[in-house]
Amino acid sequence: MHKLTKNGKKLTRSTILRCLCVAGSVILTLAALWYLQRLLMPKYQKGVVEGSMIEEYYLSEEPHEVIFLGDCEVYENISTVTLFEEYGISSYIRGSAQQLTWQSYYLLEDTLRYETPKVVVFNVLALKYGEPQSESYNRMTLDGMRWSSSKIASIEASMTEDEHMIDYVFPFLRYHSRWSELTATDFEHVFSKDRVTTNGYYMRADVLPEGAFPDPMPLADYTLPDTSMEYLEMMYELCEENDIELVLIKAPTLYPYWYEQWDDQVDEFADAHGIPYINYIYLRDAMGLDMSEDTYDAGLHLNLSGAEKFASYIGQYLINNYDLTDFRQYADVAGEWEDDILFYDSLRQAQEAELSEYGELRSWGANAIE
Amino acid sequence: MLFTSLKFIVFITILVIVYYAFTPAKERWGLLLMASLAFYFFADPRFLIFIFVTALVAYVHAIVTEDYQAKRKAYLKQNKELFDGDGKKKYKKTTANVTRLLLVLSLLINLGILAATKYTNFVIDTVNSIRGGEPLSFVNVIIPMGISFYTFQTVSYSIDISRGTVKAERNLLKLLLFVSFFPQLVQGPISRFGDLSQTLYTPKQFEFKNVSYGFIRILWGYFKKLVIADRLLPAIKILTGSPDEYNGAFVFIVMMFYAAQLYCDFTGGIDITIGIAQVLGVTVKENFDLPYFSKNIKEYWNRWHITMGTWFTDYIFYPLSVSPKMLKLSKWSREHLGNAVGKRVTVYISCFAVWLATGIWHGAAWHFVVWGLMNFVVIMASQELEPLYAKFHAKFNLKPHKGYAVFEIIRTFLLMSSLKLFDCYANVGLTFKMFGSMFTTFNAGKLFGGALADIGLSSGDYILLAGSITVVFLVSLYKKFKGTDIRGFLYDRFPLFALSAVILLIATLVFGAYGAGYDASQFIYNQF
Repeated sequence: MHKLTKNGKKLTRSTILRCLCVAGSVILTLAALWYLQRLLMPKYQKGVVEGSMIEEYYLSEEPHEVIFLGDCEVYENISTVTLFEEYGISSYIRGSAQQLTWQSYYLLEDTLRYETPKVVVFNVLALKYGEPQSESYNRMTLDGMRWSSSKIASIEASMTEDEHMIDYVFPFLRYHSRWSELTATDFEHVFSKDRVTTNGYYMRADVLPEGAFPDPMPLADYTLPDTSMEYLEMMYELCEENDIELVLIKAPTLYPYWYEQWDDQVDEFADAHGIPYINYIYLRDAMGLDMSEDTYDAGLHLNLSGAEKFASYIGQYLINNYDLTDFRQYADVAGEWEDDILFYDSLRQAQEAELSEYGELRSWGANAIE
Repeated sequence: MLFTSLKFIVFITILVIVYYAFTPAKERWGLLLMASLAFYFFADPRFLIFIFVTALVAYVHAIVTEDYQAKRKAYLKQNKELFDGDGKKKYKKTTANVTRLLLVLSLLINLGILAATKYTNFVIDTVNSIRGGEPLSFVNVIIPMGISFYTFQTVSYSIDISRGTVKAERNLLKLLLFVSFFPQLVQGPISRFGDLSQTLYTPKQFEFKNVSYGFIRILWGYFKKLVIADRLLPAIKILTGSPDEYNGAFVFIVMMFYAAQLYCDFTGGIDITIGIAQVLGVTVKENFDLPYFSKNIKEYWNRWHITMGTWFTDYIFYPLSVSPKMLKLSKWSREHLGNAVGKRVTVYISCFAVWLATGIWHGAAWHFVVWGLMNFVVIMASQELEPLYAKFHAKFNLKPHKGYAVFEIIRTFLLMSSLKLFDCYANVGLTFKMFGSMFTTFNAGKLFGGALADIGLSSGDYILLAGSITVVFLVSLYKKFKGTDIRGFLYDRFPLFALSAVILLIATLVFGAYGAGYDASQFIYNQF
């Protein structure tokens, strides 16, 4: 048998072979786990697409002078394309389903790693939550974030009792049981995903007129939770440190119910900090919202026409009050937006086509057919 | 710290690295002791007190007994002339009596701790149910993890010391390591001092083959535990939790599921235990030898939980069978009841005692006692029916052949699976009722039409279980026919060995029933 000598020890061919096998096994295991992790993680490409929104931000090439933060009250209600087309505002919505205040704060921290916007618009509905709510919503916001101290802090602040940091570090441990639910979409999107938003705006072109909402339940305590208010304070300070104007808004949708007492507390906060707070519920008529045709789910969220009206209205406020660039004049940025607008238009056409064919959307929404 | 917890996996990984990379070979037993105590500490710091006391009692007993015996022996040797035949006998008898007294004292303390922690509430519950009226309150008592296992190990050590079959360990810390060696604290095997001390204290070098063998065995254990046992457990709980709904044919499903679940849970845990020990250079006795290939119940018990069976044989059955009172009874029985009955009396009594103890050892509940006694009845019945079988075989010219062997294996498997039902249902009466329903309302049609999909298992789970159990069966078949486990075959073709390890690891990580959505179930034998 061929023998080599090293440090007085004999290395036989079989020893070398074994070492190579061990090294190969380690590499093979790591590669397989890496692939399997990508395969098993939810893709959020059809139906519930909210889990794709946060990571899409990192693919956006153009600069953003306005960043919207919040939950579905921003990502479904404000058309970023309208803002650009009408005012030249280059914006991005960093929002996802039931995005909690601290998640918005850490997403702002995360955003500042890549760019510094001039204005941050925060939708206040999530202030009502002072505790972690649900793992599935956490996942949709947190899995898509790039790793940073902000992500770690956001996970720590968001975890429910049954969640563990290790499952976020190695999502494989959380999603391994999806092996029996894998679909063609999972295999198709192991390494790449399709866009689901236009700069964070999630389009729905269908219509379901606003209906009656249940009467608001009286609450034992109307005080907004300390935790969320503390994060709002931190958000304000972060904006101050970075010369960013913070604007607080309440989207014009009526449900979930936004209590007057909450509104007053946000008002007080805004007054105390010298920042604007605009409750667009009171401005629905001014912006021309017709909730018999501007909502797709009976008034919970705006549809495409509603989002365009809201964007048109808030855009006017933004250009009137802040020194925002008209990026339509800048070819490189406008070029980037051109792609976004193309995507937006193709999505609109696809949804309109489906609506004319079936009278409803079948490829979008929580119950989308794959 | 469960074997299946991430904490344990991190713990064991760090231990192995520190063990081989930073600890001199001679000192490695010390690291094992620290790891064992840490393992116990993390489970519950209070447990340490119990294990310390148990080890200390055994230590003191061993030293005192050995010194006493040596002193007496030396005195006898030096003063031969002082003793005539009777005097020598008397002297030795006194030595034996004192030795026995010391042993009784030691056992009283250690078995007393076991009884007090594990069986107090069982006794209270039983008394309450017998006497009625104002019930006695239950005692809030902690049950140290693995107390049955380490107490039995310690008891065997004390008895072996008394018998003079092992030498006393004079280093308290080394004895503490024997008692607390962490891989086997959770669910055994029940090691003997004479066996375990051979490798526990000796300086250990890193041996690639040993570590590889141990590593793949750990993976195999996790595969059986997480992919099969823990996937079946929720379904078994559903099936046994609604006995009115799931009777008849479903009881047969429970039998099959529980047979697979218990086997994979227990052997999986033992594989992890022995694998970890092997990685650390410690040889622990095997606890299973293909029990489901047994042709009769006696053989089954020689192959299932072997170290417990041999413990009961060595420390209860034999001592009881040859005790003076039993010999006297045997003689009396032969004289008064005839040779055929007389020779059985002592065997029956000893066997009864063993199975009663086995039942109680398995748990502080009456269904365990009944389960133990049912084993006794079946073993005795099969022994008594042996001549009848022989006549039957002779009459129908049934010669041993493969087909008949398969029949015997299936018969034994079904019989043992039936007895395991006592472990599944809430009480003994219900178990009998459910067992009976298999014969009165079997109705196999109930299994179809979606009922099996309503017990927490999807079609994917069924396919996975069928595939995994087939793999376990094939690996067992290899051992059955080759007489050695498959690791040797794979190791000689090392790339195949490495690939098998990768596949096992990935299969366990992907298909294992762990994490969110699963109730991380402890190993069943953990409770003992």
